[in-house]
Amino acid sequence: MKKLGVVVNPIAGMGGRVGLKGTDGTEILGQARQLGAQPESPQKAIEALKVIARLKDHIEVIAYPSEMGENECRSAGFNPTVVGAISSGETTSRDTQRAAKEMAAAGVSLLLFAGGDGTARNICDAIGESAPALGVPAGVKIHSAVYAVSPKSAGEVAAMFLDGRLKNTRSAEVMDIDEDAFRNGVVAARLYGYLTVPDERRFIQSVKSGAIVSEQRALHGIADDVISEMNDECFYIIGPGTTTRVIMDRLGLRNTLLGIDVIGNKRLIANDVTESQLIGLVKGHKAKIIVTIIGGQGHVFGRGNQQISPRVIREVGKENIIVIATKEKLISLSGRPLLVDTGDEALDQELKGYVRVVTGYRDYVMHKVGY
Amino acid sequence: MGRNKETLLRKFHQARWDEEIIFEMSVPGERGILVPKAEQAICAEAGDGVSAIPESLRRRQPPALPEVGQMRVLRHFMRLSQETMGADVTIDIGEGTCTMKYSPKVQEHLAARHPGMTEIHPLQDDDTLQGILEVYYKMERFLKEISGLDYFCLQPSSGSQAIYTNACIIRAYHASRGDRERNEIITTMFSHPVDAAAPATAGYKVITLMPGENGYPDMGALKGALSKHTAGIFITNPEDTGIYNPEIDDYVRAAHEVGALCSYDQANANGLLGIARAKEAGFDLCHFNIHKTFSAPHGCMGPAMGALGVTKELAKFLPVPRVEFDGKRYYLDYNRPESIGRVRSFFGNAPLALKAYAWIMQHGADGLREAAEVSVLNNNYLEKKIREIPGVVVWYAQGKRRLEQVRYSWEKLTEETGVGSDQVERRMVDYGVQHYFQSHHPMVVPEPFTLEPCESYSKDDIDEFAAVLRQISKEAYENSEILFGAPHNAPIHDIPVPAILDPENIATTWRQYKRIKGMQ
Repeated sequence: MKKLGVVVNPIAGMGGRVGLKGTDGTEILGQARQLGAQPESPQKAIEALKVIARLKDHIEVIAYPSEMGENECRSAGFNPTVVGAISSGETTSRDTQRAAKEMAAAGVSLLLFAGGDGTARNICDAIGESAPALGVPAGVKIHSAVYAVSPKSAGEVAAMFLDGRLKNTRSAEVMDIDEDAFRNGVVAARLYGYLTVPDERRFIQSVKSGAIVSEQRALHGIADDVISEMNDECFYIIGPGTTTRVIMDRLGLRNTLLGIDVIGNKRLIANDVTESQLIGLVKGHKAKIIVTIIGGQGHVFGRGNQQISPRVIREVGKENIIVIATKEKLISLSGRPLLVDTGDEALDQELKGYVRVVTGYRDYVMHKVGY
Repeated sequence: MGRNKETLLRKFHQARWDEEIIFEMSVPGERGILVPKAEQAICAEAGDGVSAIPESLRRRQPPALPEVGQMRVLRHFMRLSQETMGADVTIDIGEGTCTMKYSPKVQEHLAARHPGMTEIHPLQDDDTLQGILEVYYKMERFLKEISGLDYFCLQPSSGSQAIYTNACIIRAYHASRGDRERNEIITTMFSHPVDAAAPATAGYKVITLMPGENGYPDMGALKGALSKHTAGIFITNPEDTGIYNPEIDDYVRAAHEVGALCSYDQANANGLLGIARAKEAGFDLCHFNIHKTFSAPHGCMGPAMGALGVTKELAKFLPVPRVEFDGKRYYLDYNRPESIGRVRSFFGNAPLALKAYAWIMQHGADGLREAAEVSVLNNNYLEKKIREIPGVVVWYAQGKRRLEQVRYSWEKLTEETGVGSDQVERRMVDYGVQHYFQSHHPMVVPEPFTLEPCESYSKDDIDEFAAVLRQISKEAYENSEILFGAPHNAPIHDIPVPAILDPENIATTWRQYKRIKGMQ
């Protein structure tokens, strides 16, 4: 019998309605409560769990006590096995981490968690990519790509994963947004890590359509296209992410998943470089920048790759930017443009328009860029 | 008896025969036909019929065919037919993009029984093939009139092959001009996937344009993609969404300005017959699916016929042989030095040409236009009914009409009930309606389904079809349990997805089946 682990961050989403942009830190939480904020995550978790309830005789549900999952499971009609202990009403991120660890140790087939970017980081710290996980979106503004688009669809994806109709998983980004800076109108985003999530159903092939390439094959195609077009005289600045990582893997080079690497003549020049190192490298040298979409909002610049600063981009030249992404990732933006947020509005304006995204071997998609 | 007059729903239950595979029914020595021995005079002339074949080519053992009597063979296939659902027993308007129109049975009689079809062979002398060559020649003229382009070829045995042929013709055209810089083809996300796949097979890089809010790509996207490397654009219009791109002539002009050619995928031509033509939009090449628009049945992965058309500038590159007429007789012309060669043995699937020829003759020019108009009217009527069903949304171009088909979405139903397009599709069978086609890949519209109620279906048929989807939506909101595990009234209940999609689990031959089952 498959096991579903359920963890709810009971305070996620409280800042949103009262304009506080997140609830990281106990002081802000107190402020949110004073402003009359109500927890949103319990209701959203219940919405997701109700969709899964049709499997209730076929799966075992493990939940953390009280408002951290147990209550939500019972409301959705489950009779969960409760593990762990919390002091109700005073839970912190440490409880989330402990819960995730205990559930992974219990061998859950899927860890369903409700929360926001902060919750995703806690889960990432606790279990990394060791067990499949999926987020029920309940946070204020979610940048991490580990969340389903709605609580119901989280329930649906989870149910399909648990009843075996959906078998594939993929790595999805967990973003680290500095909430203090965000409150002051500055988005300082870092690529924090990855969780393993079930691959959404729309990417699963249906019977009539015939062959569709798996994500892994699509990624190999993208990497091979980029590599086949490489010029030995040129440096290539490889942005962070699992999509760009495949280029390094195909070349047999050591990659920095969360940072920037530079290669030339298909050999490694430098790993995990800073902005000033980049400037030094590309000054007077032909270079190209290879970036992919980071986070759930569609950013190609300004999220997790700030080392590739406006100065670096101007030095390299707009025409030397190579954007790579799978078609599925582009489609998941639902028609929204790719975003650039370099911190230099004039440059963002210049980057606006259409870009040719490498989506496979000799296969490209024209996509809108905005900011 | 009969449907519920209020709901229009049927108490359907399909036959379940638990039928063996025909190889498992084989009894050694059992025969369907006892072939008579040849007369002595023939034996004296032809010998035993086997020794004339070189020793090395002769079978050492007879083929392992099933040995089954005629009556059991008939019963076997009748039973299998009762376990399937096709256009002849269900309201088949769910197969959007397939144009499942009625194929008049008289055509089948002509193609399957007329000795002018059944007793001929393509290697006969032209003089003894005058009938079928005349059909080919006149079909080409019909298609020229319908599209406005100058020459047609009926050789490809599928729409995809016709599009591949067009890619080869484009390649030959640029090569003939010494232009070897052009290695890119542009298509759109809602054009048929083969508009990307066929040029890729012909060696091109493919650039796909994403749809804008109108459902078709912005001109800016096309202009961003066009360059001196563009060999051509391959585009479907109306696209899979049923949305007609009204800027199509501007697209074609922009492509021509950079020296590219334009190929029109007309698999979705049913709403345009007699109304809009490839020529007036400026296209250089086009194709029709004879097995869709012109009523020849879909052969289930073949046989089909893709007819491709070109302007006179490109005629010299068409495949050989060409069917020509010298005023007295029809003949095959192989003397085309710049031809791209053959894409299919002989001259394609001749029975389809005959069926389509008959269909066009039955309708006449006015009838073709009427077919197009009725297909669009039917679609507008169905669309209004489907949009009223709770849970349905339609992406793009709000307030604008579609032509002959619509790509709908159960996105709202999924958000509100957790029931997706897969579950709805399976449940349809319980009401005696074949499943629907969701979408080509990648699925840009979430939880999609694509309906095309071409001109063949009556108002009553459309009402029944819409009533089935309305009922399933109601079930999703009130009792979604019933949808999981559907169909309940069909021979197979639980369709093991995704296991069924794994090539390791699929057997299309007896030999494969035995291997998978470990029987060898």
